[in-house]
Amino acid sequence: MTVASLFFYLFSVVACAAAVMVISSRNPVHSVLFLILVFFNAAGLFILAGAEFLALILVVVYVGAVAVLFLFVVMMLDVDFTELRRGMLSYLPIGGAIGLILLVELILVLGTWNFSSEAGKIAEPIAPGGVTNTEALGLILYTKYFFYFQVAGLVLLVAMIGAIVLTLRHKAGVKRQNIADQVARNPATAIEVRQVKPGQGI
Amino acid sequence: MMSLLDHIQGTAALPEIFLVVAAMALLMFGVFREKSADIVNIAAIVVLGIAVAMVIWGGEGRQEAFGGSLVIDTFARFMKVLTLFGSAVAIVLSVNFMKTEKIERFEYPILVLLATAGMMIMISANDLVALYMGLELQSLALYVVAAIDRDKAKSSEAGLKYFVLGALSSGMLLYGASLIYGFTGHVAFPEIARALAAGEPGLGLIFGLVFLIAGLAFKVSAVPFHMWTPDVYEGAPTPVAAFFAAAPKIAAMALFVRAMLAPFSGVLPDWQQILVFISIASMVLGAFAAIGQTNIKRLVAYSSIGHMGYALIGLAAGSPEGVRSVVIYMTIYLIMTLGTFACILAMRRKDGQVETISDLAGLARTNGLHAFFLAVFMFSLAGIPPLAGFFAKYFIFMAAIKANLVTLAVIGVLASVVGAVYYIRIVKLMYFDEPAERFEPMVTEVKAVVVLAGLFVLLFALFPQPLNSLAEAAAASLF
Repeated sequence: MTVASLFFYLFSVVACAAAVMVISSRNPVHSVLFLILVFFNAAGLFILAGAEFLALILVVVYVGAVAVLFLFVVMMLDVDFTELRRGMLSYLPIGGAIGLILLVELILVLGTWNFSSEAGKIAEPIAPGGVTNTEALGLILYTKYFFYFQVAGLVLLVAMIGAIVLTLRHKAGVKRQNIADQVARNPATAIEVRQVKPGQGI
Repeated sequence: MMSLLDHIQGTAALPEIFLVVAAMALLMFGVFREKSADIVNIAAIVVLGIAVAMVIWGGEGRQEAFGGSLVIDTFARFMKVLTLFGSAVAIVLSVNFMKTEKIERFEYPILVLLATAGMMIMISANDLVALYMGLELQSLALYVVAAIDRDKAKSSEAGLKYFVLGALSSGMLLYGASLIYGFTGHVAFPEIARALAAGEPGLGLIFGLVFLIAGLAFKVSAVPFHMWTPDVYEGAPTPVAAFFAAAPKIAAMALFVRAMLAPFSGVLPDWQQILVFISIASMVLGAFAAIGQTNIKRLVAYSSIGHMGYALIGLAAGSPEGVRSVVIYMTIYLIMTLGTFACILAMRRKDGQVETISDLAGLARTNGLHAFFLAVFMFSLAGIPPLAGFFAKYFIFMAAIKANLVTLAVIGVLASVVGAVYYIRIVKLMYFDEPAERFEPMVTEVKAVVVLAGLFVLLFALFPQPLNSLAEAAAASLF
């Protein structure tokens, strides 16, 4: 067993175990922390596969941004996860049965592993020798896969519009700062002079 | 400009590019101008109209765009015109409703435009990546418009339910697509077909195909992936439900047809049995589950599940006649559904929109026109001659019999007899029961949609030839 396959099994086992912990741990904060562990191990698997750019992106984007965002959400919203999970035990038998059937089917598929003769090509490195991962991705992402890249941008645009449509509320009577108005103020508009009669007040 | 489009190989995809750019321009306009919903609504309808013209006069024969990611053939052109038409009518129907319900927002037509762009990508998709991208663009916009009435719990619930189940189905579809990619080594449909022709398909590929079909069946709301449909139709505002029942169904069915026939025509028996099961289950569930409904939107939802079952019979046939019958079926379904939803939209009393079937009681005596056209749509949905819905079913069953799927055709006929029960119950309610309180008069554009769709359904028997020959040309371009 080479070092690479040793690490492969290490990363995969830890990733699977941590994934189970994500859904089974009682404390939601622990769940998110286990999720981060899953991401790190997946990044390790990417590095073993020679995709170091994806590995680092996974750590930067998912661990650095997404998981931290999750953590904020979990801490800010007071969601009672134990309450949400109350029904889990009663659904466990049927869910487990479906999972078992799928597992058996997957094993059957593994039994008749039959690739097309052309499928071997996808295991080969796409980039010609001497080109780094980042460069190789850049070479095809904006040329060959330009269309998908643009549509992905549109999907994100729709997500953004959706988030604004569903959550933004314009409250009436909110006072907003208007710098132009503030700068344009002069003593005549800013100061009101009242004559106060003695003993009466305003 | 043209040379730039040529350079990116996008000339054939000009309608899609136009739609997306126009949607973004309208978004800018809507953001920077107060009270812009009316103008954006009209502009969106105009944009959809221009896109129809661009699709129709955009060239002949089979064209490819973006290095073969999209294919534009007669089938794609026909389905795109239907989709654009469905979206435009959905916007027309929504204008007045949104105003009276005070949920008028300029983002709604823009999201419809972006969803339509996604549908056009779906219809033209010629590889698994474009298929998924188009599907996600469309679905994401649909999740948002389902929840557009965000202060009502039902609408938010509809949006959330649709989102969660949609994400699940996208996951299944992606898993299937990745298995297909892994076992054939290709994502492009023609190359998958070539790889399949070269050697015996493995069980792994069939496994992937099953997951792909499950994902697609969710999008056309076929049994057993239909659970979201009644809840979403009931919860979403009525014009949004009209939109859901029309354009996305057309696009998803077109995608289903292309994703089965272009890459997998070599393994027809493998997917045929799955489709036969799905279509029988959809027809039977659509017929039986609708009987007990009291809400008319839920009833139409079950009816649309049933109709998807009928349309899938044509696909299961896997022949040019089968595809021709699917095209005819979807065209007639689109017009019947839009007409039915326009009738539902007109169910409005002084104190607001009503949705229960019993509200229709005695409609013939309070509003004869409304009752007459709703009865026409109900008879047509039930498939009673000489209305358009009969011909739609007729072509489907003929194609099934020619493809030796006689049992399927017989079950289809039986299911449509059961289905006729609840359609005709509504007609009976409208014509023979004591009148309920009368509805407000129909608004002009809703009345126009009802009358035009009703005339199409009534007069289709006299002029079936144009649609027939168009559908034939569309089907021929796939084989």
